[in-house]
Amino acid sequence: MLSFCSDFELGMTITEKILAYSSHKSQVSPGDVIFSKIDKVMLHDVSGPGVIKILHEWEKKGKKIEKIWDPDRVWISEDHFVPSSDRISAENIRILTEWAQRYGIKKHFKYGLGQYGICHTLSHEEGLILPGEVYVGGDSHTNTTGALGAFAAGLGHTDIAYVLTHGKIWFKVPEALMFKITGKKPDYIMAKDIILRIIGDIGTDGANYKTMQFSGNAISDLSIEERLTLTNMTTEAGAKNGIIDPDEKTEQYLRERTKNAFKPLYTDSDATFSETFTYEIESMEPTIAKPFSPENITVARELQNVEIDKAYIGSCTGAKLEDLRMAAKILKGHKVKVRTEILPAAQSIYMKAIREGLVEIFMESGAVIGPPTCGACCGAHMGVLSKDEICISTTNRNFPGRMGHVESKTYLASPIVVAASAISGKITDPRDQVISS
Amino acid sequence: MKILKGNVHKYAKDNIDTDVIIPGPYLKIHDFKELAKHALEGLDPQFPSKVNQGDFILAGKNFGCGSSREHAPIALHEVGITAILSPSFARIFYRNAVDGGYLLPIEIDEKIISEIDDSDTLEINLETNTIFNITKNKTYLIKPFPELISKIVECGGLINFNPE
Ligand code: SF4
Repeated sequence: MLSFCSDFELGMTITEKILAYSSHKSQVSPGDVIFSKIDKVMLHDVSGPGVIKILHEWEKKGKKIEKIWDPDRVWISEDHFVPSSDRISAENIRILTEWAQRYGIKKHFKYGLGQYGICHTLSHEEGLILPGEVYVGGDSHTNTTGALGAFAAGLGHTDIAYVLTHGKIWFKVPEALMFKITGKKPDYIMAKDIILRIIGDIGTDGANYKTMQFSGNAISDLSIEERLTLTNMTTEAGAKNGIIDPDEKTEQYLRERTKNAFKPLYTDSDATFSETFTYEIESMEPTIAKPFSPENITVARELQNVEIDKAYIGSCTGAKLEDLRMAAKILKGHKVKVRTEILPAAQSIYMKAIREGLVEIFMESGAVIGPPTCGACCGAHMGVLSKDEICISTTNRNFPGRMGHVESKTYLASPIVVAASAISGKITDPRDQVISS
Repeated sequence: MKILKGNVHKYAKDNIDTDVIIPGPYLKIHDFKELAKHALEGLDPQFPSKVNQGDFILAGKNFGCGSSREHAPIALHEVGITAILSPSFARIFYRNAVDGGYLLPIEIDEKIISEIDDSDTLEINLETNTIFNITKNKTYLIKPFPELISKIVECGGLINFNPE
């Protein structure tokens, strides 16, 4: 299976292999600075106009940009400020659309034109990124897609502008941390609990500049969507990338979504990790990150008297189809006690949720269902929090002001904890949910 | 290489994130001058009125964690900040600051933080990798930039940088 890269010397992690391959080297080691050839690049309605602005600045300074390196490797999503929350957002969409047309970018997922959604959901839902690829995006949660066995990392506007004009960018080869999760997963535990626990243990800078790799039989047992929750939040520990060796599940997931061929790479058995952390999944508890940091964790049962004003099920972290299914299991036949907003992460997921009857369960519970958008997750629009409001959310960040007013508070939790809390109006461990109806 | 001179704005907190450097609602703004008006708004709304061109921020570790928004170094650069002194930086903030040529992320020893006060006047010398505190007549060492980063800094960012 590794025949195409048989010139690699042994002892590399999957990340090192991808970076070696992309920089035409037979071996790379942590600390090496390399220039990697990029396979795919993503822009959204915030980073896109930012990158376009940088390209304009470069042109003003005399750099000629007649074409971009490879329009077929660029894709665009409209997610942060759709539906346009005001005139500036509408203007940004216009700028982005005109630019995409001018440079011949065809993969533009437009709000209101068929499939669209949050960038880190489309990346896997549409099978846009494949194992073994180097994928960069103008968003910090680009790490998400590493769950498919790609090197996926977020970059800023200037770096993306450089990729668009040169097709490559520099990386410092990261050290790798290994998180080995073993055991049989209890029903009440989701990937969100695992990653919150890890961030709580290593801190928001615990993986700064490093790779977070996941393995172990509990990871093999997880679905692809659940694995994506793990890699999504590696960003919250400062990681350069999160990654999981691909397996049959990865292959099957992608086969259902793309006809494109791919060449997966795998970690060598003698690869070096700077540290290995081992967790027994049976001993994990439904976990919550309290305001104002994803590392500020405790178990749900410790917070059962905390009353909430809003329950939010949305974002690239917590509104994939499986997240919605798990929430629906809890909400079925119950009424929510607090404002509950559910926003599927992509149009295709919304459609599947309707077909499976999930949307009906949500609406009967009293929750409101919104169109896919980043809006409330980044405190921008479509349901921001007022001063002192308390929200429990399936999203990934709870910094001051993240979901609205700087004096609002966000607790991060799994979709089942959020759903159970919506029913009781207080933070609730799903095991303690009182069935009243 | 030039010497930077300016006054310090001290925020000795760890993990100053991009949501407080430039809050989410401003992400749709791409006018640099407009962004500058909101620099560090989530931490100190008065900040833009306190800064003079050439000033520095002194902060706790993991400065710039959170999102990849280049708005963060842009807002700080545009308001007049030329360097951030911190024991460590979040990786995307670091890249953006250097690759965009906006400001210098200077890594210092954590112990130095308590030796520098708000409003102290400093001179940062990238040739000797030292900071001279003019107010206190003291010198501190800084962690030198890796070779590639030095080259990008000298080019004023990636715009003029060619790896070959
Ligand atoms: S849903 Fe939230 S975390 Fe995900 S891309 Fe949008 S703003 Fe970022």
